Order: sequence, then structure tokens, then C-alpha cells
Amino acid sequence: MTILSVRRVSKRFGGLQAVSDLSFDVARGSIKALIGPNGAGKTTLFNLISGFLPPDSGEIYFGGAPVHDLPSHQIASRGMVRTFQHIRLFPKMTVLENIMVGRHVHSRAGFLAGMLNLPFTWREERRIREKGQEIMELLGIAEHAHTEAASLAYGQQRVVEIGRALACEPRLLLLDEPAAGLNMRETNGMGGLIGKIRDMGITVLLVEHDMSLVMGISDEIVVLSFGQKIAEDRPLAIQKNREVIRVYLGDDA
Amino acid sequence: MARRYSMVAAFAGLVVAIQVATYLAGAPYHLTQLTMTAYYSLLIVGLCMLIGYAGQISLGHAGFFAIGGYVSAFLTTHDLAAHKGLRLVALLQKAGMLLERSDLYGGSHLVVHPWLACAAAVLLAVVIAYVVGGPVLKLRGHYLAMATLGFGIIIYRVALGTELLGAADGISEVPGFPLPFGLIISGNASVRVSNYYLAWGLVILGMVLLLNLIQSRVGRALSAVHGAEDAAGAIGIPTARYKLNTFVLSAAFASVAGVFLTHYNGGIGPSEASVMKSVRYVAIVAIGGMANLWGALLMSLVLNYLSLRGYFGTFDDAVFGVILILIMLFAPDGLLRRHILADLKRLASGGASDEEAA
Repeated sequence: MTILSVRRVSKRFGGLQAVSDLSFDVARGSIKALIGPNGAGKTTLFNLISGFLPPDSGEIYFGGAPVHDLPSHQIASRGMVRTFQHIRLFPKMTVLENIMVGRHVHSRAGFLAGMLNLPFTWREERRIREKGQEIMELLGIAEHAHTEAASLAYGQQRVVEIGRALACEPRLLLLDEPAAGLNMRETNGMGGLIGKIRDMGITVLLVEHDMSLVMGISDEIVVLSFGQKIAEDRPLAIQKNREVIRVYLGDDA
Repeated sequence: MARRYSMVAAFAGLVVAIQVATYLAGAPYHLTQLTMTAYYSLLIVGLCMLIGYAGQISLGHAGFFAIGGYVSAFLTTHDLAAHKGLRLVALLQKAGMLLERSDLYGGSHLVVHPWLACAAAVLLAVVIAYVVGGPVLKLRGHYLAMATLGFGIIIYRVALGTELLGAADGISEVPGFPLPFGLIISGNASVRVSNYYLAWGLVILGMVLLLNLIQSRVGRALSAVHGAEDAAGAIGIPTARYKLNTFVLSAAFASVAGVFLTHYNGGIGPSEASVMKSVRYVAIVAIGGMANLWGALLMSLVLNYLSLRGYFGTFDDAVFGVILILIMLFAPDGLLRRHILADLKRLASGGASDEEAA
């Protein structure tokens, strides 16, 4: 079963062909990784899939429905949620509040209901708070609930960002370099966390540079080079792929 | 929750205390400026919601204030007797939405009922806010500031240049605004005390609505949009719509303030639409601490009152300009921020603050 299908997607920035005629599928319940040298177009591809950039051509299907012309917030409300390479937590909000914002698409109090403090919003607020608490406990950050999120250690901020995404109850989670800036112990922890997320039934697509992490957790890997797909296979096969080795290590290898 | 409303109660106490003080001091005439201050404060807290919580600047809110005031003033003073043949006029008259008024010279006028005029004024302001806000809120930072400034200038020039709106003289002879229980919004000295309480009651109502909003799902979403807009979009918040809604909400607050202050003053002139007024409102929100409704309200109370009493003399506008510069330079978080004691200590110890600035 395919949850995400990228079909012949291209994106050009001026003279740079950032993503070129790229196609691949993500199977439901799997962990798929996008790797490739710097500038290969991984983050651009993430931006295209999550609706932050419109593709020049090609189609993207999520759960069978086209999403390539939807704005990012609508894609998120359909169950595809992303994190960022450079952590984007909401400053001046606590860890709990950051995660509570993640419940946005699963709650409905609007401007009028909020201003009038209507009774149905009280129940909704309580449920949002409970869910936030639940997620913090799952991720082991409950003790920081009332700490300003931006004041946490970097590794913990990344966990909060993932918690915020999990609060959306996504079907597909896009992680943009989840191990960037983490030390070895934290990276291991991140690998465990991503496995746990997959075991919750959430499909994961990640961009990552840390090869030990990618090889350890991915079911399948797509390798990009200069905006093109040069390989798509299981981790062991990717490690032996001559083209991949050439791209990563140079022609002489 | 309890704290939210305990501040409201404390503020209501302050409102009562001020009235009692003017009574005891035998100076009830202060209530006139304090009532006007209340209506300006309504605009200020709405603008504070936009600037401080949604993170969007507007240098055009005097425009929305003026739209409210001018539309209501025009409809409640313009004689429709000559248009009795029009179907709309006949229909309104049948619905009891028109009033007979006698003018200074004994002539009779047929004008729109203030309630309908108020509804029309606020509706127009809301529609204009939607139309202007849609494209303009796509801009950020100083581009947004300039675009809203342009909007404010247009409204000012329209008010100044339209004969029907009294051009440079504005509109006068605007009637009081009748309310249930025999109350009336009017500058007449006989209803000075009731008007003081009506005006501040309206401000308190507005504050309760906004405080509720801040604590709600929408308030959290707005903080998120303010803090990291792309991340807010990535978890499903329709950022453009939330910004627009807040813009429209603040425009509605401004127009309601414009309507009632115009009926209270008995008129409105183009200076109410001037850019300097918009700058003044932003300055007051800034000195109150941007994302701090109570700070903005208290600063509005003090500064508008001082301004209306003439304490700033001919330097009135200049004072607000200076305030804006000083706040931006030395206290971008506002005057009422929590670290004020620490600042004083640092100043007392000397020199340390310079280090930080560098």
C-alpha cells in the first residue's frame, strides 16, 4: 500500500535544476530515507512534498489524492506533517503549549467561540491539554512541560518539535535531518524514537546525513544527486551500489 | 482563568475609583476626557491584539476609526427628505429605521436611526478591512507598515476632500446614540457620569473578549504564527486566514470606537483619520509592551488622558513620536515589562547596561 507517491516532479530555481523529473513511492507503515550529497535537492523535495513550494511540473499524491497544488496547512490537516532542519519551535511558549498548538487541526474553537469562551471550548481545551501531557510522557519530556521551549537543550528541542508534529496525529511524518546537531548518544535515541513512531503506525520519510542512523532504521532509501534519483533500494543494496559510492566518494573510488 | 478575570475586576475597581476621585475633588469635567480616552482605548486594545499577538503592524488604524465615525455621522445627519421617493428610503422608514430630527433653525430632517447607522459603519469597516487586508497582509515587516500607511493616507485624503463629508470641517451636529433604559451616548454634561461608565464598560467588555481569545485555541495559534509562521503552517494552521481575521477584528474594534466617540463628541473631523493618529496608537501599544493588553490599556488611559487634557500642548504629536523612538531604542518590550526593577538596579550600579547594548 502506497501512502505517498511522487511522480515526475521537477523544480527549477533560475539556472539551477534543483529537482529533476523525480519519482518514488513511500509504502504505508515504512521508514524511508532520502540521502544524497549537499545540494542534491533533498530539502527542496521536502518543501515540494509538504506544500511549502509548488512544483514546476509533476504530481504528488498523498493517500491517493493529489496534494501538489494545496497550501501547506491543508496538506498538514490531511495528515502529512513535517519538521524542519533548523528547529522551529514557537518562542515564548512553554513545551506544553508548543505541543498543544499541534492539536490545532483536531480541535475547532474559532474566533467567536474563543472570544465568548463558550462551554464546548472548555472540554476541548481539557482534551487538548490531556493529549499534550500524554505526548510529553511518551517522549519523556513531561518534566519540562512548563519550561519555555526555546531554553531547552538542542536535542530536547528537537524532541519537542517531533512531539508537536505527533500531536497532529499524522499518517505520514516528514523529518528533515532529525539528527542534525545531535551528539552520538542523542542520535541513537533519535533512531529509537523514529522506530517507536513507526510502530505507532505512522509512516516516516526522512532526510538525513547521518549514515549509521539511516542504514540502521530505514526500510528503503532513495539516493539523490543533482536533483535526480540515482538509486532506490534497501539499505544493504544501497551500500554496495557503485553509482552511490561514486557520488559519495568521487570517481576514483 | 481566575487570574484573567481578577485583573478585569481590579481594572473595573480602578474605573470606579477614578470616578469617585473626580467627584470628591469636585472636578467632574475630567470625566469628559476620560470618556473619550475610553473609546480610544477600545481601538488600542484591538490594535494590540493585531500587533502584539498576531505579529502584524498597522499604521492605518485611524482610517478604520474614521470610517466608523464618518459613516455613522453622515447617516445620522444627512437629510433624506429629498429622497423619499426612493424605494430603499421608503422601506427603511416603514421599518422604523429612520428618524425625524429638527435642526437648529426649526427645519425638519429625515435621518437614519443611529443603530442602523452604527451597524452600517462597522459593517463597512469590516468589509474594507477584508478587502484591504487580503492582499496587504501577504507583506511582512516594513512593507506591511508602508502599505497600511498608504491605506491610512487614502482614508485621510478622502475625508478631507469629500464635500459630502464636510471636507476640512468634518461633520457636526451628530445626535446622541440612544440605548435601552433611557441611556444615551452623548457629551451632554447631564449624562457625563453614565457616559463615563458606559464607555469604560464597553472597554472592559472588549478586554474580556480579547483575554478569552488569547487563552483559546485561536490565541495559541496566533502566538504560533507570530513566533514561526512556516512551522505554524506545517502543523495545519491557516496562517493567512488567522492574520486576516485578527486584522478585521481589530478594524471592527476601531470602527466601533469611532462610531461611539463621534456620537459622544457630536461630530468628527478629518484629523481623526490622520496618519499621526495611527502613529500615536502604535506608539501606545509599543509603550504598553506590544503583546500585553493590560499594558496597552493602562498606557492608553494615561497618555490619551494627558493628551486630551492638553498637557502636551502644541507638541502633542511630537510627544508620541518621541515616545515611539525612545521605546524602540531602550525598551522594545515596553515600559511595563517585568524586568523594570532589574533595569533600575543595573542603572544604579552604572555602566553595565552599556555593555549589554554593545
